[in-house]
Amino acid sequence: MTGLYIHIPFCASKCPYCDFYSERYSKKLAEEYKNAVIRNLSHYNETYDTVYFGGGTPILLWEEIGGILSNVRLCENAEITVEANPCVTDEKRLERLLEGGVNRISFGVQSLNDNELLFLGRKHTAEQAVRVVNLAYKTGFRNISADLMLGLPNQDKSSIYNSVNALSQLPLTHISSYLLKIEEGTPFSEMNIDIPEDEAMSELYLYTCEELDKNGFKQYEISNFARDGFMCRHNLRYWRCEEYIGIGAAAHSFCNGVRFCTERSIEKFISADKQEVVITDDEAGGFDEFAMLKLRLSEGLKFSECEKFGVASETIINRCKKIPSDYIIVNEKSIRLTRNGFMLSNAVIGKILGY
Amino acid sequence: MADRDYLSEIRNFCIIAHIDHGKSTLADRILEQTETVAHRDMEEQLLDNMELERERGITIKARAVRLNYKAQDGNTYAFNLIDTPGHVDFNYEVSRSLNACEGAILIVDASQGIEAQTLANTYLAIEQDLEVVPVINKIDLPSAQPEVVKEEIEDVIGIPADDAPLISAKMGINIEAVMEQIVKCVPPPKGDPGAPLKALIFDSYYDSYKGVIVYVRIKEGTLRVGDKIRMMATGAEFQVVELGYMGATSLNSTGELKAGEVGYIAASIKSIGDTKVGDTVTTVENPAEEPLEGYRNVNPMVFSGIYPADGAKYGDLRDALERLQLNDASLTFEPETSIALGFGFRCGFLGLLHMDIIQERLEREYNLDLVTTAPSVIYKIEKMSGETVYIDNPTNYPDPAEIMQAYEPMVKVNVFSPSDYVGNIMELCQERRGIFKDMKYLDETRVDLHYEMPLNEIVYDFFDALKSRTKGYASYDYEMLGFYPSKLVKLDIMLNGDIVDALSFIVHADKAYPRARRIAEKLKEHIPRQLFEVPIQAAIGGKIIARETVKAMRKDVLAKCYGGDITRKKKLLEKQKEGKKRMRQLGTVEVPQEAFMAVLKLDE
Repeated sequence: MTGLYIHIPFCASKCPYCDFYSERYSKKLAEEYKNAVIRNLSHYNETYDTVYFGGGTPILLWEEIGGILSNVRLCENAEITVEANPCVTDEKRLERLLEGGVNRISFGVQSLNDNELLFLGRKHTAEQAVRVVNLAYKTGFRNISADLMLGLPNQDKSSIYNSVNALSQLPLTHISSYLLKIEEGTPFSEMNIDIPEDEAMSELYLYTCEELDKNGFKQYEISNFARDGFMCRHNLRYWRCEEYIGIGAAAHSFCNGVRFCTERSIEKFISADKQEVVITDDEAGGFDEFAMLKLRLSEGLKFSECEKFGVASETIINRCKKIPSDYIIVNEKSIRLTRNGFMLSNAVIGKILGY
Repeated sequence: MADRDYLSEIRNFCIIAHIDHGKSTLADRILEQTETVAHRDMEEQLLDNMELERERGITIKARAVRLNYKAQDGNTYAFNLIDTPGHVDFNYEVSRSLNACEGAILIVDASQGIEAQTLANTYLAIEQDLEVVPVINKIDLPSAQPEVVKEEIEDVIGIPADDAPLISAKMGINIEAVMEQIVKCVPPPKGDPGAPLKALIFDSYYDSYKGVIVYVRIKEGTLRVGDKIRMMATGAEFQVVELGYMGATSLNSTGELKAGEVGYIAASIKSIGDTKVGDTVTTVENPAEEPLEGYRNVNPMVFSGIYPADGAKYGDLRDALERLQLNDASLTFEPETSIALGFGFRCGFLGLLHMDIIQERLEREYNLDLVTTAPSVIYKIEKMSGETVYIDNPTNYPDPAEIMQAYEPMVKVNVFSPSDYVGNIMELCQERRGIFKDMKYLDETRVDLHYEMPLNEIVYDFFDALKSRTKGYASYDYEMLGFYPSKLVKLDIMLNGDIVDALSFIVHADKAYPRARRIAEKLKEHIPRQLFEVPIQAAIGGKIIARETVKAMRKDVLAKCYGGDITRKKKLLEKQKEGKKRMRQLGTVEVPQEAFMAVLKLDE
């Protein structure tokens, strides 16, 4: 049993902060892309318990996704997620996805403040976002996630308060809350974007975590929050260092101890019988990587897990002595990062790993 | 009569010039024109055969070469060109090289005139009774003012310059005039080949096949292969295996060397310490009664701790220092341990340039990554107990309660500069505790300033500061005056409450506050934010006199994790791991190596 990630590199328009691979949507290309995905699926003889259509804007392939899924061998209760942009979401599309087997939908809401949405180059309004989340629920989706972007220029606590509390009124089960990062090569990187200083960013983050918590969204990863029983099972695979198969242009896989990805080219992907891959890490799944991923989760790293890699708990505990106590919680069984620790996770995890 | 004849056809001379005034280029031209070097072997600046020398355009080690010149009078002369180091750090070596000559060519740049170092070395030459032959170079430059420069030579140095050849070493213009001037003006050497041997050592280097090769000027007597020789100062004795003269690209073995000649000796000598520059070589069989005058033991003036960036390279560093010492007896080193930097060496140098060169050679030729501590001078301390100690490492500075009187080395500093910058220079020298002595106008636009200044004030970054305040026009030069009583304190730097031994230094009490503040600021700039706040404190005894704070890190997170792209995160982690290797763990604080280097350049 494994996970399946399908990258759908199509967008109606490109957002200026995004560095994921996507091209302009066309019906013809989408059809060919679907066929290529199905062709590639036939090369794997697997049963999947999570499927994740990520993008790009996967909902643009609402007519194709059902067809793809009919070629995927699923286990019972499989979690099947499709990412959606509110501006291209409507009732018909949601119905088709539901009919095709999709049971989780993740909306790129980003903010419920129209000025912030405008800044982010999103084509939807706050009102539209609220409407599609309700629509998804009405259509029959019972597992709905929304993304929320933090650290926008001039964003303050009151704007976050408004967004979080408005989101909490909606039938959502899950919220992903990411800090804006100016990625190289994106339009934002060429503009003079004034994102908040580290201190302010840190405060916004901690405030968001608290507000989400108050509203019943429990933090289970640095950037992810869920109501009880609704953690994203597919993404948990990543953080628990479990394997998954990625299909599509610019899709990442972790298979038999090797991490690899495909090129950022739709053309190459649709013209090949079997997708060509580039190995990015052939020594994956070692202790450092495992620990780095596990420590992103609120559940943290269990000492019993360390011992499986031959790493003694004393080693870890000793290294932790150099870390200020507000960043980590160490008990007999495990070590985990606090929210303050999450904000400094690169440095803190480095220390735990003895760097 | 035959002996007189051979002497009359020898000319021993050196070249004095400021950096970039064309010394090595002129030497090259002379070698070329006397056909000492075949054109195909001609490399730019042949005499400077160390890579670093070529790059910096300076001569570090003295060198010598014999060449034959057929003069206009029909005779062929043996020219011994002795190339001298030009820098004040090597003053003693310069004086010995000069002592091996009867004349000196003084090269002055036609556009820049006389510089501090030129003047210092010219005075040295005049003191040694050398005939100074001025030559005006770079006359091809549009800014050349040969007449002005001639006047300057006459006014400042006080030697006639009317006949000075106007040349361009670079373009090969008028080189022959220089050689004719050498024949005409430089006196032939004197000496009696029949007298007991007195040979002056003016340089030596280590050859892995022949052992130490000693460069000598035979002042009296004759030396032959097989002779048993004694170094009069060190007492070491050897048997001559080979001797001869130096060609431009090889050693040419002959059977003997006679009074007046310049040549080399190989005598299976293992250690360069046995062949001290300035020492007199004589024969065991028929020894000279008195050595030649002017020998002295050179002591290092500037000290610095040198540590391998990677502790595992300690052995490599020791090997490299030993190798360098083979050719450089003035370099001293002994093992030293620092809590902050681990195992390394306390090294002694003749001066700042010497230190710079050694550090650069270690890094370049031996591929070592180094961390060095701030240079320190040597301090003399009279203790309450009546004991006198010399301190070259701030860590060993005694407790103030034990000190009766502290002394620091003073130097006499000469600064040459266009007169426009006098104000800036005076300000700088005053900041550096300089005592103004006098100022002379060399001509309407150029001045020569004299200061007495603690060596401690110039070892850090005086030259850089001087250059930046005079747009690079000023040059300087210093000589030792001795130890003067002073009010000194030891300043400690603490990170998160712990003293970092490698950052301690000794400073004049009046300078402690500004220096402490500056160091704290510099460290703040170079110490990255850590998981906790790091106070940087400077303290004298227990008293904190400066403080800065490196604030705690507030954000260091990769928030996104879409699509399972884990490799990117892992790479970041690996980069972090690599970065940590360049960090020194000082107690709880991680300090990058650059921070140690940054405090060496406080004026930037």
